[in-house]
Amino acid sequence: MSDVMLQCHSLTRAYRSGQREITVLKDITFSLPTGEFLAILGPSGSGKTTLLGLLAGLDRPTSGTVHLDGQELGGLSEDERARLRADKIGFVFQSFQLIPTLTAQENVQVPLELRGESGGASRARELLGRVGLSGREHHYPAQLSGGEQQRVALARGFSIRPKLLFADEPTGNLDAVTGSTIIELMVDLNRALGTTLVLVTHDLDLAARAHRTIRLADGRVVSDTAG
Amino acid sequence: MTGFLFALRMAARELRAAPRRMALLVGTVAVGVAALVAINSFTDNLQESVQQQARGILGADLALSSRQPFSRRTEAVVDSLSRRAELARITSFAAMAYVPRTAGTRLVQVAAVEGGYPFYGQIGTEPREAWRRLQTGRHVIVDPSLLSALDARIGDTLALGEARFGIIGTITATASEAGFRFALGPRIYIPARHLQDTGLLGFGARVQYEVFARLPPGTSAQQLAARYRQQLAPERIRVRTVADDQRNLNQVLSRLAGYLGLVALMALLLGGIGVASAAVVLVRQRSDSIAVLRCLGATSRRTFAVYLIEAGVMGLAGSVLGALGGLALQRLLPGLLAPLLPVTVTPSLSWRAMALGVGIGLWVTLVFSLLPLLGVRRISPLQALRRPYQPEQPWRDLWWGVALLALGTTTLLLTVHQVGSWKQGTIFAAGIAGTLLVLWGAAGFLTRMLRRRAPGQWSYLWRQGLANLHRPANQTATLILAIGFAAFLLATLYLVQHNLLRQLSETGGPARPNLVMFDIQADQLSAVRDQLGRAGLPIVGPTPIVPMRIQSINGRSISSLLTRDSLRGEERSSGWALRREYRSTYRDSIAPTERVTAGRWRSPEPSPVRISLEQELAQELGVGVGDEIVWDVQGVSLASRIGSLRQVDWARFEPNFFVVFPSGALERAPQSLVLLTRIANPADRGRFQRRIAERFPNVSTLDLSLLQESLERLVGRVALAVRFMAFFSLGVGILVLIAALATSRFQRIREGALLRTLGATRSQLYQIILAEYASLGVLASAVAGVLALGASWALARFVFESTFTVPLIPLAGLGLAIVALTVAVGLANSRDVVRRAPLEVLREE
Repeated sequence: MSDVMLQCHSLTRAYRSGQREITVLKDITFSLPTGEFLAILGPSGSGKTTLLGLLAGLDRPTSGTVHLDGQELGGLSEDERARLRADKIGFVFQSFQLIPTLTAQENVQVPLELRGESGGASRARELLGRVGLSGREHHYPAQLSGGEQQRVALARGFSIRPKLLFADEPTGNLDAVTGSTIIELMVDLNRALGTTLVLVTHDLDLAARAHRTIRLADGRVVSDTAG
Repeated sequence: MTGFLFALRMAARELRAAPRRMALLVGTVAVGVAALVAINSFTDNLQESVQQQARGILGADLALSSRQPFSRRTEAVVDSLSRRAELARITSFAAMAYVPRTAGTRLVQVAAVEGGYPFYGQIGTEPREAWRRLQTGRHVIVDPSLLSALDARIGDTLALGEARFGIIGTITATASEAGFRFALGPRIYIPARHLQDTGLLGFGARVQYEVFARLPPGTSAQQLAARYRQQLAPERIRVRTVADDQRNLNQVLSRLAGYLGLVALMALLLGGIGVASAAVVLVRQRSDSIAVLRCLGATSRRTFAVYLIEAGVMGLAGSVLGALGGLALQRLLPGLLAPLLPVTVTPSLSWRAMALGVGIGLWVTLVFSLLPLLGVRRISPLQALRRPYQPEQPWRDLWWGVALLALGTTTLLLTVHQVGSWKQGTIFAAGIAGTLLVLWGAAGFLTRMLRRRAPGQWSYLWRQGLANLHRPANQTATLILAIGFAAFLLATLYLVQHNLLRQLSETGGPARPNLVMFDIQADQLSAVRDQLGRAGLPIVGPTPIVPMRIQSINGRSISSLLTRDSLRGEERSSGWALRREYRSTYRDSIAPTERVTAGRWRSPEPSPVRISLEQELAQELGVGVGDEIVWDVQGVSLASRIGSLRQVDWARFEPNFFVVFPSGALERAPQSLVLLTRIANPADRGRFQRRIAERFPNVSTLDLSLLQESLERLVGRVALAVRFMAFFSLGVGILVLIAALATSRFQRIREGALLRTLGATRSQLYQIILAEYASLGVLASAVAGVLALGASWALARFVFESTFTVPLIPLAGLGLAIVALTVAVGLANSRDVVRRAPLEVLREE
């Protein structure tokens, strides 16, 4: 395992909108040691989510490089990056993004099934128990509250014991109490499993829980502070 | 393997998620497959029946037939055959029959039987022993329809020419009971030894002489037939075997079944379009889930496999269900088609048809869903985080091209396979593709027009209904295509049938002759005319008829021409044209049913005689203007040169001729005459026919209105069978409509809840739904109507060569029925939209 889990260098992302070119991210450079908890903070439109997409290999940068666990993402094809995600990365989204046609347990199982792992069902049940959803395994997302859905998403994010977990505004659609429970769970799991955590948020209190905070404004890093 | 198992498991979960929609899509595939399996299984049954019953149809191993009494040379061959085979003879001709006890008379097809015919199969009679008793006296067995037409019963005496026969039974079943053969009149059987007593085989009678042989075991009928064909070619003898009959029947019947199957195939293709449309919406609806799967590490291929397997499972389920349904449906087809078939068909399981149906159904589902499902590979995992900044670009890659090619090739190959001909299959496939493209294009154009130019003064409810046709992920074009295609099929069939029947009924128009008297001898003409004159009836004619045969063409004798053909081993289609007896006429004027297409009608050169040939016959004989034909007119040679070719409208029931001579060439040849008249009242017509039959037994009278009725029945029967198959397309159209409603159900329920929250009443919601589906139905019917008019005009003009009229009221009725059906299905499947409480729906958000 590499000591540095995530490293990006001169990362820039521009989009073409009609005749205009909009640069959403400009020249981002930082590295993240293994096991660290990083918060990326910034107002809406600052480029947080775009950065997360590039770090997770969901998108390709206009220029610059990303190394994930020592592997350069730019040299990988779309499907190779997908396999890398299946092996090493977990996700928690703002709008939960559970698959509506699957039960809670099946949603948690999917990443394990993608890796061809056996025993997915018992692992899924165990994780659902850890997030306090015992007995709700066979409920569909539509039958769960927002907080419950995000717990399922959390269980799914940790199901493969990822080296790196990306969380995009995980409390954005939840009330304060539920949101705080979710964050507690996330930090606990991070501690228990030694997962490197990248959290994108515009919530200062939430960012305060991280080991390190990178602030973005207008697509640029404006500060990079520890603690 | 891991990838496949994952895809399989995910597909199963997807299928479980929306059972109603899945059931509907399975249904759209199943209906088309059911129609296809039913017709193909029936065709297999039909071919089996033909194989089993072919001997029964011919009634023998080998048959020799001729329009002339057998020559001495032919009789010598028959004589040598009789030493090794059992023989029977049948002499057939048309004549007038009546029962002295009752009124009325009928033109009948007489078969005078000698020997143990049939050697195979049997002629079913009522009472059963009647056939055995036929030869034991002056007996006749008649078609049951003759008894009802003449108000007669078993035991009555039947007058046939100069002879009288006792009716001892009716025919209940024969293997050779083909649809068109007896359109001219019911058949009757008499013993051949009393044939001469009728006095009906005089000059001009159209008689067929046949010898049937049962060969000893081990003799090859085919080899013998090949030898006889060569040996008897100069005698113009037609030689048939069971295998020839079987081949010809299979060809004709397979073609009929092939066309019916084509209509079934259209239902299946329509189902394919329904599945494709549902796949488009499914990919759009599932795009977030697909993006999440990609985020979690699923490769594009694996994600694509999930949905392809889903389509495959649906296709397989639909196909298996359809195949089973097809087996049940197949039992209806013999009843529907029986009057057109020469064999009795017993429905039985055809594994070939079932396997083919399942295979085709599955393949069509996969090929049609491939194009939209390829879009799954283009969904970015980034979509799980946020909507893309850049608008989606239309994509075309190699796989897209392959999918499109597969779709086109599949449609072409299926059509070719169904019709059994590359040329016709290609024309039909192009026609289907063209119709679908026009419907698709027109749907797009019309909806865009409505969107841009929807009248602002219309009420909100109507504007909202029309606006719904453009809602995101709408299936308007597919629905117009599905409903429109079914409407197009039904309207085209109706228009073609209407124009065919109208052409037939024109014959029965108020001024047209409806009674033809033929075989009038020259010395009977004035007496027949007197009869007509005394009754105050109009007289059209007389038209002289001179029987003749071809002796040579351009110096080559008929025997050398026929021998050349027979050397090729099989019957050639032109054989009949060389061998047949021509019943020609002579006149100077051209008839209203004719048009000269080559050469000149009149020629200044008197010798040799300039004749005019019907153009298709000329093509058959391989001759043109300027070629020489020498005719054998009752033993006298008559040289002629082809002066012109004519197109003849055979559909008009008037004396039409293959060969027309100019006046002056044939006046002294032996001839019979034809007269036409018109008697409006059917009872008067019957009485007049009876008077003629009693006074002039050799003169046959043909009641054209009866002939017209028989033809109408046959056209109606074919149309019924085709329409029966076309209704499957309508069924698929309705299922596609319901499936589309199920696909957009949640969206529509949400819209309904929102409108009700804003204050819309239930009745207002119903009005919006009514506006939406009424416009859908109107658009579909209107486009389909225009297309059907074009297609049926082209069919009338180029295939049936008839004039074309549009029955506006029935056509408008059909359009209204389609609109009403669309609205009814739309309303019935939108109850949830109106009934669900708004709060309940909004909470589910």
